[in-house]
Amino acid sequence: MKLFEFEAKNLASNLGIATPRGAVASSAEEARDIHKRLGGAVVVKAQVLVAGRGKAGGIKFALKPEETFDRAKEMLGSFIKGENVRKVLIEQKLPVKKELYISIAEDRMNKCQTVLASRQGGIDIEEVARTHPEEIARRHMDPVYGIRGYEARDLALNLGYGGQQLNMISDLLTNLYRLSVIYDCELVESNPLVETQDGRFLAADLRMIIDDNSLFRHPEFQERSKEPGAELTPLEAKARENNLAFVELDGDIGIIGNGAGLVMATIDLVKYYGGQPANFCDVGGGAAADRVASALGIIQSSDKVRTVLVNILAGITRCDEVAKGILDVKKVVGLKKPLVVRMVGTNEEEGRRLLETAGIKPLIHMEDAARLAAKGA
Amino acid sequence: MPILVGKETRAIVQGITGNQGSFHARLMLEYGTKIVAGVTPGKGGTKLQDVPVYDTVATAKDETNADSSVIFVPAPYAKEAAMEAMDAALNPVVIITEGIPARDEMVIMRYAREHSTVIVGPNTPGVITPGQSKLGIMPGNVFRPGSVGLASRSGTLTYEIAASLTHAGIGQSTCLGIGGDPIVGLSFVDVLKMFREDSGTESLVLIGEIGGTAEEDAAKYIADTRYPKPVVAYVAGKAAPPGKRMGHAGAIITGSEGTADNKIRSLVAAGVRVAEIPSGIPELLVRKVQTVR
Repeated sequence: MKLFEFEAKNLASNLGIATPRGAVASSAEEARDIHKRLGGAVVVKAQVLVAGRGKAGGIKFALKPEETFDRAKEMLGSFIKGENVRKVLIEQKLPVKKELYISIAEDRMNKCQTVLASRQGGIDIEEVARTHPEEIARRHMDPVYGIRGYEARDLALNLGYGGQQLNMISDLLTNLYRLSVIYDCELVESNPLVETQDGRFLAADLRMIIDDNSLFRHPEFQERSKEPGAELTPLEAKARENNLAFVELDGDIGIIGNGAGLVMATIDLVKYYGGQPANFCDVGGGAAADRVASALGIIQSSDKVRTVLVNILAGITRCDEVAKGILDVKKVVGLKKPLVVRMVGTNEEEGRRLLETAGIKPLIHMEDAARLAAKGA
Repeated sequence: MPILVGKETRAIVQGITGNQGSFHARLMLEYGTKIVAGVTPGKGGTKLQDVPVYDTVATAKDETNADSSVIFVPAPYAKEAAMEAMDAALNPVVIITEGIPARDEMVIMRYAREHSTVIVGPNTPGVITPGQSKLGIMPGNVFRPGSVGLASRSGTLTYEIAASLTHAGIGQSTCLGIGGDPIVGLSFVDVLKMFREDSGTESLVLIGEIGGTAEEDAAKYIADTRYPKPVVAYVAGKAAPPGKRMGHAGAIITGSEGTADNKIRSLVAAGVRVAEIPSGIPELLVRKVQTVR
């Protein structure tokens, strides 16, 4: 689950991590009032979850409250990389001396959190990572001991700081690491982390992604995680309410399957045979009739879907349950689109019998099903 | 000689009285797996399908001489369950549980390094040596004994491809899911090393998917070591759009690294034949084995 910048900064300040003074606004009037309170020059920042908003016009400077009003008015309700802007963050503009990059990220290969730190912060960090990887210092964190003071100091040295600033940076790193641990983060990233002209350090930007698997021990996020995320399409939001793993794609062939790998392979196959998949939808292992029914209901409600392909290889899942789910939809709202079903595995005969009685003939091979669906069934 | 599990394997099931645990303990027993004990705190002294249940892993091991474990314990308790198994020197430890926090998985893997324990998973269908033993949830009937080793990041797609092998008359030595999460115990490289030493495995199938670098690392290992056994592969997620999560925590692409195209390119460059569709695997395998011989 991604947090908005203002949410991440609130959590960070509670741990003593310095962030620019500011407040979040939902209207241009509020934004203007915040600027009046802050005084000086400010930054108006669109609160969106997609990365790279700076280059997409989501960060603007303003000298006077009226300018802030105008910038906020432009941003609120606009779309940045497809995401609707509902809030803007108004912050004091910092006297920047240097822009640094610091992140703490899940490291699959080393099976730990890894800290990355660079003097080349700012919007081109991805370019730096590609062309000058040696400019980014990295350190693997022990999952039991966490960050140790000397590790943080070593990273501070790598960033080129000594004296008082060495301790300031190492404290900041330690606090960012604590933030990552306390909230079970997949990613904590400050880019830029600003060194001001008077030698202080502030997290000018902050991104946090919480590990979805850890939400059971974070009751404070449970309500938030159920909100239809700004990133989700209406169909994806509906699927999420029904606990389905669902991603909307551009095509016209609806896809339902069990198991992420199998569904991805099904999508690839449909494309291989010249069709365009409309979605990824994984009903998961052991899916009961109601899950299959809600998946089918959601997918056939989409106007762009012309054909629906159901691909089930039942292990823990039972074919008769899948068949019942399909028949429930047929009975209650009717099958609105041509349907191709491939279904094999546990309780296959019973499932097959149920479907055949209702005039649906399930196929055996997923290739045949994908080819048929690609042709428009 | 298979890898990881065989007919001598004596396993315990942690979480044996739960919904999933009891159901799959029964299926594993039916398949012929020696499930010698179960563990559920507070249910010690009871029995499930004639399998004695203990309160702790240590007593289960002492009483039954078990050597390995399959874990069905719910995600919030899985970390300690795995540590308990490792403290009792069980090896391998197969963690079926889905949805374990990544931070807990990191602690499990660090503990495993200290104990020299092989962890299969988490979020895996498990491991099966057809005709001998299965520690996991895969449908046993799609597998047949043979000489093809199979390692996969997915569940149902593994069954799909194993079934197509079996259908084509190609049996398997050992098949395992390394797990669908970003943090898992075994990499493809680890599995390649095990199969390399296994005289019962003549060729290999790798089933990859988008996200991470497991396939690229495998390709590098195959090329660098001039891997002595033929390897074929399938990679799922060619049509996945960047930055989107496709169900598994593991299946997410960010940027160029981790795309199916990148993985396929690396594998092909290392001499691995990559099937365009899942049902293309058996044919590639037949051809590859013939060309090598």
